[in-house]
Amino acid sequence: MELTYTPKQKAFRAEVRAWLADNLPREPLASYDTREGFEQHRAWEAKLFESRWSMVMWPADLGGRGCDLIEWLIFEEEYYGAGAPMRVNQNGQLLLGPTLMEFGTAEQKQRFLPRMAASADMWAQGWSEPNAGSDMAAITSKAVLEGEHYVINGQKTWSTRAIFADWLFGLFRSEPGSARHHGLSFLMVPLNAPGVSIRPIKALNGKDAFAEVFFDDVRVPVANRIGAEGQGWHVAMATAGFERGLLLRSPARFQHTARKLVELYKANRESADRDPGLRDAVLETWMGAEAYALSAYHTVGRLSRGEAIGAESSINKIIWSELDLKMHETAMRILGARAELLGTAPVAGDAAGWLEGFLFAQSGPIYAGTNEIQRNIIAERMLGLPK
Amino acid sequence: MDFTFTDDQLTFREAISRFLMTEAAPEMLREIWETDAGRSPDLRNKIAAQGLTALSVPEAEGGLGMDDVAWALMTQELGYYAIPDSMADTAYVATGLLAGLTPEHPARARLLPRIADGTLRLAIGHPVNPLVSDAQLAEVLILLEGDDIHAVPRAEVDVEANPSIDASRRLGRVTWNPSPATLIASVAQGRALQAQLLDRGALSVAGQLLGLAQRMLDLSVDYVAQRKQFGKPIGSFQAVKHHLADVARQIEQAKPVLYRAAHGLARGERNASLWVSQARLACCEASWLAARKGIQVHGAMGYTWEVDLQMFMKRAWSLDASWGDRAFHKSRVSDYLFADGARLGPGHTFEE
Repeated sequence: MELTYTPKQKAFRAEVRAWLADNLPREPLASYDTREGFEQHRAWEAKLFESRWSMVMWPADLGGRGCDLIEWLIFEEEYYGAGAPMRVNQNGQLLLGPTLMEFGTAEQKQRFLPRMAASADMWAQGWSEPNAGSDMAAITSKAVLEGEHYVINGQKTWSTRAIFADWLFGLFRSEPGSARHHGLSFLMVPLNAPGVSIRPIKALNGKDAFAEVFFDDVRVPVANRIGAEGQGWHVAMATAGFERGLLLRSPARFQHTARKLVELYKANRESADRDPGLRDAVLETWMGAEAYALSAYHTVGRLSRGEAIGAESSINKIIWSELDLKMHETAMRILGARAELLGTAPVAGDAAGWLEGFLFAQSGPIYAGTNEIQRNIIAERMLGLPK
Repeated sequence: MDFTFTDDQLTFREAISRFLMTEAAPEMLREIWETDAGRSPDLRNKIAAQGLTALSVPEAEGGLGMDDVAWALMTQELGYYAIPDSMADTAYVATGLLAGLTPEHPARARLLPRIADGTLRLAIGHPVNPLVSDAQLAEVLILLEGDDIHAVPRAEVDVEANPSIDASRRLGRVTWNPSPATLIASVAQGRALQAQLLDRGALSVAGQLLGLAQRMLDLSVDYVAQRKQFGKPIGSFQAVKHHLADVARQIEQAKPVLYRAAHGLARGERNASLWVSQARLACCEASWLAARKGIQVHGAMGYTWEVDLQMFMKRAWSLDASWGDRAFHKSRVSDYLFADGARLGPGHTFEE
């Protein structure tokens, strides 16, 4: 055990910090749940990519830097510590990216990964359906093989920012008559293909944050399938755990929020201290964010020893989602009567940012597999309890 | 940056665990705890023969010279098997203190080799603990007076027994009179050693609480997998699963917090005390949740004397305030967090 950074790691941190100081947008970007904000974030991603900061762990020939997981954690710490913009193409970069690396053909990797790293292609997910939410194996959207094409019919839903995105990836039932997790294929679908229609769903914040996607005889070449025909479930699951747990929500983001919460408390101490519970909530959540960061470093260490991380990624998902909610609830309570104000309210001040985060935090325990499902996974796969 | 244990550390832990599994089974512990002394010299000798009492005695004094990081694993085993206080207090906490004395200090040669070979039982008094664990049985007591640290023979102190709900505990109120003959450290050195002593004691308890939490979780998992209602194991019901999943989550979340604190203490990091207190709070949380959920999923059986769960629950409840109650540790975190100029946020997890 050696919990200090090497000179190389320190130099890397300094390099990230210097680049961010020179290049961070001077004004905060608009919400990426709006067209305007989405394009601003895309432009920021392109800028990151130009300097090979968009996917630091990817190999150089795909636009990355070949960083290891510790360097990735350092990058994330600097990135979120500097208050840099949210990563608009994460669903592609962090979920589809690793899947392609593991299961994609050489041609697919070359075709999709560099453009994904540059955010030239923006990706939406296509997992959930109206009757397949937590029970994802209940997917019914069909992909029927006709020659060199799949013909897709059906509906996906809760697809984040799909109305702005270029591509969608997800699971489709390709074997007629198959059931549950058998007979599914993992396909990539261009959202401008004939027969695709997208209907936005207004989220809690009033913005078109996600969408329903309808497929009406949409033709997709077989070359857009990842992995073997009918093996989609296996492909989707193989990378789901680790990504869900570690990469998707790196601890730096929550540590940054925890620090801002301490600052918020300090700035409003007199009114906050009328409620003795608030100071404790600030302290508890700060410790929670630290614990989550430590668990990420510990996980990285265990991976480096060749250990596999399985159901524990479900623990991570519960930790960050509940922590994020608790931090924002605490902020709302500290802000008191200002908490409800929108950014357009002249007296809102810093409150509106917390409100936005508070609304988004409500979704944490639901997306990427509800926390109830995560608890089932922990109980069954980690503790070995019967189904 | 390497947040892993060495193969040596992991192998040693595994060996101790396998040994205690057979030698410290709950039915044997119950018998031992029912005796007046509450201790078994036989079990203690066997543990010493495994090398545990020599673990952090410096090599020059006949030990293995391992540090707090190894103890972060070993204290979990001591907790898991509910090995009473004097083992960790002697082999880890007091040994750490004695090993911090100057190399030529006579107390080292007098005490450390005998700790290593398992023949010496020590007890430690510290102002955060109103009572001293295992004072009655100790041959020598480490006692504090202002900045001074004394090593006092048992014969020179009075001990008044104060029974605890935890049948493994033997608490005593110690009265004694400091004398120059027993003084082993004072002034600045005394202060520094006392601060380390407190952190080490607190961390020792943190590790034991985490081990206790794991034991209570394991007992609960076993129980709900066997107990049937409505025609199936109660562990197949989500309400029960989710209770235990939450315990597993708290345990996993606390582990790296414990390990950072151990590493910081071993290296004498400036933030070591802060990290120790965070570890304590995380481990306290995990162990009380394990007790709370454990008794719930055991149903009425969990409220009985018969089921082993009670032994571990009572120990978790009792150790919670040992070497600093939660208020003490929370105030140390709070002092750091709310001070002006505190270095918070991403990038400050390990070093200043």
